Amino acid sequence: MTLREQLREKISAAFYRHGLLCASYPVPIILFTSASILTCCYPLLRLPLPGTGPVEFTTGVRDYSVPSHEPQGDLGERPDWYRGPPVAYIQQVLVKAAVSPWDSSLVTVDVFRSPLGRAFSLLEEIRNHVHSDSSGVRSLETLCLQVTDLFPGLRRMQSVLPEHGCLLVSPGNYWQNQRELFDSDPDLLKTIQKHEPQRPAHLDLLFGVPGKYTGVSHYNKKKVVTYTMTLVLSRYDARFLGSLRARLKQLHPSANCSLRDDHMVHVHFKEEIGIAELIPLVTTYIILFAYIYFSTRKIDMVKSKWGLALAAVVTVLSSLLMSVGLCTLFGLTPTLNGGEIFPYLVVVIGLENVLVLTKSVVSTPVDLEVKLRIAQGLSNESWSIMKNMATELCIILIGYFTLVPAIQEFCLFAVVGLVSDFFLQMFFFTTVLSIDIRRMELADLNRRLPAEAGLPPPKPGPLRTREAPPPPRPSPHTITLQTPAFRNLRLPKRLRVVYFLARTRLAQRIIMVGTVIWIGILVYTDPAGIRTYLAAQVSDQSPLGDPGGGGLPPHLGVAPVFRGGDPTSTLGINPAPAPTPIPDNQSQGHHGSSRVGPLPEAPPPSVPQITWGAEDEEGWRRLSFRHWPSLFSYYNITLAKRYISILPVIPVTVHLSPQEAIETRHPQDTKHPPPSIPKVAADIQTDLTLYKVAALGLAAGVLLVLLLFCLYRVLCPRNYGQNGVTHGRRRRGDLPCDDYGYSPPVSEISPLLLRGHSMDIECLASDGMLLASCCLAGQIRVWDAQTGDCLTVIPNHGLRRSSSSGCWEQRDGWESVSGAAETECLGSEAHGSSISGDGLSEGEGYPLRRRTAPSRPTLFTDQPDLTPLIDTNFADQPPSHLCTPPREGFDFGGLVERAYMEHEPPSPSAYPSPSSASSSPPSGAQLQRRPSLGDSSAFLTQDRASTAGTQATADWESSVWAMELRGNLIAAGRSSGKLELWDAVEGSLRCINEDGVSGITALAFLNNRIVAARLNGSLDFFTVEINKPLGLLQYRGAPGRGSMPPSPCYSSEDVISCQLTRSVQCAHQKPITVLRAAAGRVVAGSQDHTVRVYRLEDSCCLFTLQGHSGGITAIYIDQTMVLASGGQDGAICLWDVLTGSRVSHVYGHRGDVTSLVCTTSCVISSGLDDLICIWDRSTGIKLYSIQQEVGCGASLGVISESLLVTGGQGCVSFWDLNFGDLLQTVYLGQSSDGQGVRQLLVLDNAAIICDFGSELSLVYVPSVLEKLD
Amino acid sequence: SLGLSIYLSVQGGVVGVVTTNLLIRGALLFSVGVFLALVLNLLQVQRNVTLFPPDVISSIFSSAWWVPPCCGTASAMIGLLYPCIDSHLGEPHKFKREWSSVMRCVAVFVGINHASAKVDFANNVQLSLTLAALSVGLWWTFDRSRSGFGLGVSIALLATLATQLLVYNGVFQYTSPDFLYIRSWLPCIFFAGVITMGNIGRQLALYEYKFIQEKTHQD
Repeated sequence: MTLREQLREKISAAFYRHGLLCASYPVPIILFTSASILTCCYPLLRLPLPGTGPVEFTTGVRDYSVPSHEPQGDLGERPDWYRGPPVAYIQQVLVKAAVSPWDSSLVTVDVFRSPLGRAFSLLEEIRNHVHSDSSGVRSLETLCLQVTDLFPGLRRMQSVLPEHGCLLVSPGNYWQNQRELFDSDPDLLKTIQKHEPQRPAHLDLLFGVPGKYTGVSHYNKKKVVTYTMTLVLSRYDARFLGSLRARLKQLHPSANCSLRDDHMVHVHFKEEIGIAELIPLVTTYIILFAYIYFSTRKIDMVKSKWGLALAAVVTVLSSLLMSVGLCTLFGLTPTLNGGEIFPYLVVVIGLENVLVLTKSVVSTPVDLEVKLRIAQGLSNESWSIMKNMATELCIILIGYFTLVPAIQEFCLFAVVGLVSDFFLQMFFFTTVLSIDIRRMELADLNRRLPAEAGLPPPKPGPLRTREAPPPPRPSPHTITLQTPAFRNLRLPKRLRVVYFLARTRLAQRIIMVGTVIWIGILVYTDPAGIRTYLAAQVSDQSPLGDPGGGGLPPHLGVAPVFRGGDPTSTLGINPAPAPTPIPDNQSQGHHGSSRVGPLPEAPPPSVPQITWGAEDEEGWRRLSFRHWPSLFSYYNITLAKRYISILPVIPVTVHLSPQEAIETRHPQDTKHPPPSIPKVAADIQTDLTLYKVAALGLAAGVLLVLLLFCLYRVLCPRNYGQNGVTHGRRRRGDLPCDDYGYSPPVSEISPLLLRGHSMDIECLASDGMLLASCCLAGQIRVWDAQTGDCLTVIPNHGLRRSSSSGCWEQRDGWESVSGAAETECLGSEAHGSSISGDGLSEGEGYPLRRRTAPSRPTLFTDQPDLTPLIDTNFADQPPSHLCTPPREGFDFGGLVERAYMEHEPPSPSAYPSPSSASSSPPSGAQLQRRPSLGDSSAFLTQDRASTAGTQATADWESSVWAMELRGNLIAAGRSSGKLELWDAVEGSLRCINEDGVSGITALAFLNNRIVAARLNGSLDFFTVEINKPLGLLQYRGAPGRGSMPPSPCYSSEDVISCQLTRSVQCAHQKPITVLRAAAGRVVAGSQDHTVRVYRLEDSCCLFTLQGHSGGITAIYIDQTMVLASGGQDGAICLWDVLTGSRVSHVYGHRGDVTSLVCTTSCVISSGLDDLICIWDRSTGIKLYSIQQEVGCGASLGVISESLLVTGGQGCVSFWDLNFGDLLQTVYLGQSSDGQGVRQLLVLDNAAIICDFGSELSLVYVPSVLEKLD
Repeated sequence: SLGLSIYLSVQGGVVGVVTTNLLIRGALLFSVGVFLALVLNLLQVQRNVTLFPPDVISSIFSSAWWVPPCCGTASAMIGLLYPCIDSHLGEPHKFKREWSSVMRCVAVFVGINHASAKVDFANNVQLSLTLAALSVGLWWTFDRSRSGFGLGVSIALLATLATQLLVYNGVFQYTSPDFLYIRSWLPCIFFAGVITMGNIGRQLALYEYKFIQEKTHQD
């Protein structure tokens, strides 16, 4: 263990030093890293470029010999694959045939019928050619590639492709190489077309030239038919081939044919990727992109999110390149398909370390120097990084021992990649990060300086929305607020554009679209991809329908046999006389002179011209590059990673006489339909193909967009809101503290957790100094709103009873301790004594002053059973309860007696709170008789019975539905209709009013008046009367200086009574849901769709405001008489309180409006749709909206004119109201994830109380406090 | 006020929301399962054909029509079962709950399939052992929960048994069976798939969990 610790320390120290180094010399280190990346990638230049296209290598025919298997060192220009014999030698006999001279009596079919018919005789010639010399007799049978069955599943090709014999392909295959079948075929084109559509087309396959060049159509203007006989040879015999060439040339001489015949081309085929293989590949890449997206999305709190994301991706990619380069350098040539394993490598190497580093660095204290921050961040994460790396290396090592070559190679790459990735992370990324953070601070400085000088600030960058608030001061409790000069809503146009860009995330979207387009282009341009597929489809569809210029523009009617520009090819070939077959088809090594020769006769204009051009020399180039692989694949022979040798083509020119053409005619040929009809059909066919392709492409595009859209919606469904401009925000789940075990930066604002309630908190009330909360269990706790101390606990009687005796013992002890500290009357010391008391009351069921120790019984941690607490039977309250003497429930007698004996009989003023200041210093004896703060009211009531004579009894059975706190008084409205007034500090029940029986749904407490809204729609106005009215509700000094609230100015002997002054019985038809009071007005909103405004003094109803089409759910009114209301219809109405007229009316939310706040310039509303909308108050135009987390929509508050605070999942977020920027998110504690902030209360001293579950959180915003001062 | 809200809106539709959410999640998982089944089946098909037969598009749907829906249904069930079991056991899955991790998991799963289809192993035992190690590694990297492991193993066994029965009854067959009627690496693939789908399901459920929690709080 110690070794481990030592190791850990050492690693940490090393990382620290390294971080210092990187942050100190960023530029040299980046230069060094770039240089090393380039060096390591240099060997990659020698690698062939990835691609699936075939590679060619040309050798001479004369000195050709089959290359040996062993690599030969000296032949540098020879490619690696040029080893061993090829799969096959391809010998093509290119035949150009024409009927010449062309006779007007001939029909279109004659253009190709007799030339095609000549194929059979040529075929015979070739088949029967025998060459015999000293080494023996060789025929085609001995040399050709013998094929067996066709590949299973290609049965329908059986009729056209040879089986069990020589692989010799010619157009004759359409007719099984039988002249009789050909002659009796009434429609040649139909036979040829019968086999369409095939990939690649049979036409190409059998004719050996692309379909449109064959000239087999009715619209062949050139009247020259071109086709090839393709011989596939397994062995190369120069002499046999030479004799065959000579023989054919002799039979069919091609004058002026200058085709070169001294080069053979070796074509090497890569492993082919078809569409079907492409789909898994694309899938893995999509997953990879999703991974990168989700990873980099987590980069936060930096100057340039995109810059860092780019750096992260660059780190990973260049580490991969480095790994390949290094492996190549050491002689390991990658045999794996790089494109396939690349995504897996990225996933294995991962972006995690980079993100962890970023998180770690940005979570260091921001007031440190950049160097130190980097160093600290690095050293914090050093252990986990090293551990992760060791684990990954181990896993890869295990993988290496699987002894599978492919996996071993993968592991090798991964290891080198991991190491280089680590190197790059340490040097490249860390340095980039340091630069980024320095930039952030510089930018921050730049922004602050002109503001201090009172000048307009410089233009903020468009990335401002995502940027964390850089606190300008080293104080740990700061939140950045921009200067007021910067915060006006009237922005210059230029800035507005920038902000618009920033808000709509235009750059992000453009990049996304760009990525999509890029992927599309990638797929499209892939040599084996969609494009060639489509192109092949188009070109294969077209040949027979190609009208050859019949009416289409010339670029569509391609017949480039004749090329005007080529001087060598323009020479005309004179029609030769009909050749007579040479009976002697056995070359003996010598031949007689050719019997046919070119006749110097000027060709008539109608004579078809047979020309030989350079394009015929390697006619196979015009074929699809998949031509040969597919031909071989039909026989289950793969060409992947192998090569074939293509021998120089043998040109054959055939001229036929018109007589011959007429003789070979089929009787049906003359009855051929006129060309116009098939032409139209062909046009339609071509058009249809084009349309089909276009529709296919369009559909694919739409599908792609839809898929991406769905993916986007599915994966980040709530990131962007629906209405207007919204903002993504960080989620709890995205935080690294869930996964990597360290917390986000919370250094700037530290929330105080107020714990003690056992159930969910229902009501919250505060007057700035004190904070009262009531939970579902009926327990009311009073907290100091500044320190977070629990001052008083008013427990629920029923729940409390069981443990009362034990508590009392403890409290007696505590009393004596506090009595000992009696002389210290100042608030702070009293606070100290409370801490000492804390320790003693450790064993209590309800700890008094604990704010951190969790005391929730485990029984209630899950879902509290609320049913017994909800009293829905309001009309029928047991009256016995009211008359119950307080002593019945408790046995206080002995205790009271004892207390009386120990101390002097208490004076009526003997109940100052322990937190009371020295405004009225009590005597020592009085202080000694200090009652427990959390004690039952019965005890006090018992006291009061003699002193004040108030017979107040708390109603424990019903639950508290509404609570207000003013001065020192808590007004609690219960479901039974009772209104109770409690002393907030002492926890004593001061007054109770039982005039109403209907449950109090809402309370308003203003000055000395309390307004209670009841479930039956009535509104009761109470007046609180104190016999010393000056003192009671006077505000207790200036807020916010001391840590404790000043003492209340009224003393306990004041009799507080609560008189019902007026009851408006039918204020509303339905239950009143909201009640607000300000500026001498009481505004009640009800489920009956109306808002009523009452004057507070005389309870007079001033206006009934109608305008909502749903129940009222939210009302805002403040001192400036701004009245806003929101309803279940999602509408927000602004009213003029003086006239009762509606100022504006907007529909803002889908669902209820849950909360409404106004500032001087805008209205902020939140709804059940979890959207916070900010409206311009004067125009009613929505400025922007903020997407809240689910269920946290209602919690919002305005701290100052431009600072909005919203609740989230265990966090509160601060927003700049003017721009809608997220300034900061403060997390309320690790334990609170999943708990959303339900209520949020902004106090006068800018503390924020939020309520999540059974806990309260007090977030201080001291800078705002200063601002307010 | 909470009590009041309860009183006023007893008819809160949490149940309806749950059902809708469940359906959406199920549909998502189903489509993911179908997609993965198609793609991975393509990988398996390519194993035999290096060069492509002319009908490219048809080879995408070369498997029987019922295979993708079955995979989709199974993945939907698994993806819904995992968070359900988590909540029943009362140990919410906390390990690496984020989408980037899920994506990584899916990528590794595709990689395992890729390896099973494309990498040439010396013998079947080696292949199966390697894949088993990879699958367990997948679990260790992305799941690490006992419930996940147990469910994965049991579902993998069940699925293997079902496949055996299917092959036995001649519904389809493997070209070179080495484990009774099927390939011996099939359980590993099943296990990895279960872990992956469980991961996705849990991540999806995370959204709903938050949502429901908030909903109940609100009511």
